[in-house]
Amino acid sequence: MITAKTISKRFGTFQALDGVTINVEKGRLVALLGPSGSGKTTLLRIFAGLDEADSGDLILDGLNANGLKAKDRQVGFVFQHYALFRHMTVADNIAFGLKVRKGKNRLAKEQIEAKVADLLNLVQLNGLAKRYPSQLSGGQRQRVALARALAVEPRLLLLDEPFGALDAQVRKDLRRWLRRLHDEMGLTSIFVTHDQEEALELADTVVVMNSGKIEQIGSPAEIYDHPATPFVFQFLGNANRLNGEIKSGEAHTHGWTWPAPGLPDGPAVVFLRPHEIDMTSSRADAQLAKIRHPLILGPIVRAELELPDGTFLEVELSREEHLSVNPEEGSVVKIAPKRLTVFAGSVMSTPHLDSSFGVDNYEI
Amino acid sequence: MSVSNATREPRWVQITLTLLALLVLALFLVLPLATVIIQALSKGVDRSIATLENQDTLSAIRLTLTVALISVPLNLIFGLSASWAITKFTFPGKSLLVSLIEIPFSVSPVISGLIFVLLFGLRGLFGPWLIDHDMKIIFALPGLVLATVFVTFPFVARELIPLMEEQGRDEEEAALVLGAGGFRAFWSITLPNVRWGLLYGVLLCNARAMGEFGAVSVVSGHVRGLTNTLPLHVEILYNDYDFVGAFTAASILALLALVTLILKTALEWWHRDELASSRH
Repeated sequence: MITAKTISKRFGTFQALDGVTINVEKGRLVALLGPSGSGKTTLLRIFAGLDEADSGDLILDGLNANGLKAKDRQVGFVFQHYALFRHMTVADNIAFGLKVRKGKNRLAKEQIEAKVADLLNLVQLNGLAKRYPSQLSGGQRQRVALARALAVEPRLLLLDEPFGALDAQVRKDLRRWLRRLHDEMGLTSIFVTHDQEEALELADTVVVMNSGKIEQIGSPAEIYDHPATPFVFQFLGNANRLNGEIKSGEAHTHGWTWPAPGLPDGPAVVFLRPHEIDMTSSRADAQLAKIRHPLILGPIVRAELELPDGTFLEVELSREEHLSVNPEEGSVVKIAPKRLTVFAGSVMSTPHLDSSFGVDNYEI
Repeated sequence: MSVSNATREPRWVQITLTLLALLVLALFLVLPLATVIIQALSKGVDRSIATLENQDTLSAIRLTLTVALISVPLNLIFGLSASWAITKFTFPGKSLLVSLIEIPFSVSPVISGLIFVLLFGLRGLFGPWLIDHDMKIIFALPGLVLATVFVTFPFVARELIPLMEEQGRDEEEAALVLGAGGFRAFWSITLPNVRWGLLYGVLLCNARAMGEFGAVSVVSGHVRGLTNTLPLHVEILYNDYDFVGAFTAASILALLALVTLILKTALEWWHRDELASSRH
């Protein structure tokens, strides 16, 4: 179990972490999700003892770990680029953590060899023991890095962007494999990612971070269905962001009305996911829109919708929907949201989002 | 392996460029080297051997080897620690340290020698104190070593800094998390990762340490048989019109350089598999 209390860390003038508090139960698989610069990797490095927090407390298995050195923490760390020892064979890489042990914890040579063989078996790399890291593929290197980290029987496994440097197919396979491994070995794991799909698929608990702070902690379903902040909503997938207004428990935007119970009257930020637009709506408040730039991308069709007031919405249709609507450039459809998410406040007060995070905004 | 036509030059360009490179190599490297050896043997092998058996020549060889044997290990340690500190840690004054390391390269060797005369000479800053304590630095072995260490200081560091910078700190951090102490991480990760660069640096450093003339000349005092290194001895013999002697001594220097070169090539050949695998 690991508990972090109000951890803060500053690099020069840059506030990397700002009072982060988080509690990870034993056996959990936790994702730290956020854009680059959100502090997720810094937090992971502080857990490992590679960086030191300026303030705050870190408790590992009930033990205050504030002054504990990296070498004494007994955590496993898988680096983003694996950091395999380039001059050592795969077997020597995996054995390193066992060979550096001193005193009564030191294993005999035969025990180390047996353990390395077990780990090679576990990560399905039998037969590659004598290879050097440069002779391995990306996926194989990743598994060596994992085996090396597991060799010391860590109380906590930390992974920094574990799938970042792999191609799409290998990434998917490794993801499932890692999930199984985590469950079978009863590990407590924390991994860092900027890929929301990865976080939602792999983790029991997702921690969304932004600008050194935690935006929301919850299960993947909670995070996706009930995002606590506009930032979380936008980070978890493409969204059309609209300005609206709240009046006595109802939000109004572009002629549509949507319930907004409990929110104060005033300006509102309204989000609409591209795949949650009804293209053949018979609702009373359905709006006319022109289809622009339809694009068939395998199983989905992507297009833009131009509202009469000049606003553009991004829309995503399944092939079936596409067949029933048959969108062509310039054709007019009646649209209404299947679901809107409403936050009180104005656009200006929402957290800044970089367009490089894959979020496209169509502002009014 | 087939080469694509886009990157292949016409045949005549290939041949011309190769010939040009060979010509330059012959003119500026092989010819002078051959001349040195031919001149050394011009009056017969006996005369050359006589020079080698001369006490002054023998003591010059001994002194040169002694100076190199002391200064090269010193610079190995200095260079290694400096590059380690510069590339693996951030601290105030880091960029200043990087530029300081370059100073011996940008300062004329004669000036480097003069610095030590001004510091430790008779009328130098520490001169009186040294006399009081009956210590001699200038015109003695310590001065020669100091000047050589100063002049050859950058070789190891310059070889290692770019290499260590490129390798980053990830592997050391991985070692720390796996339970290794700082020293263990340095010994089993950092050092093996840079050993080839370190070898090149040491070889270059050694070549310069044995061949250094300017700085050593200033602090030596040119006492035959006592403070004359091999390069200084070559000059003295030359000025004495003992051309065979001068070129024989010069051949020894050239030979020492060739031996190190052959040693390096042999090492590379023996470890070619490992060298290939260590390149990502």
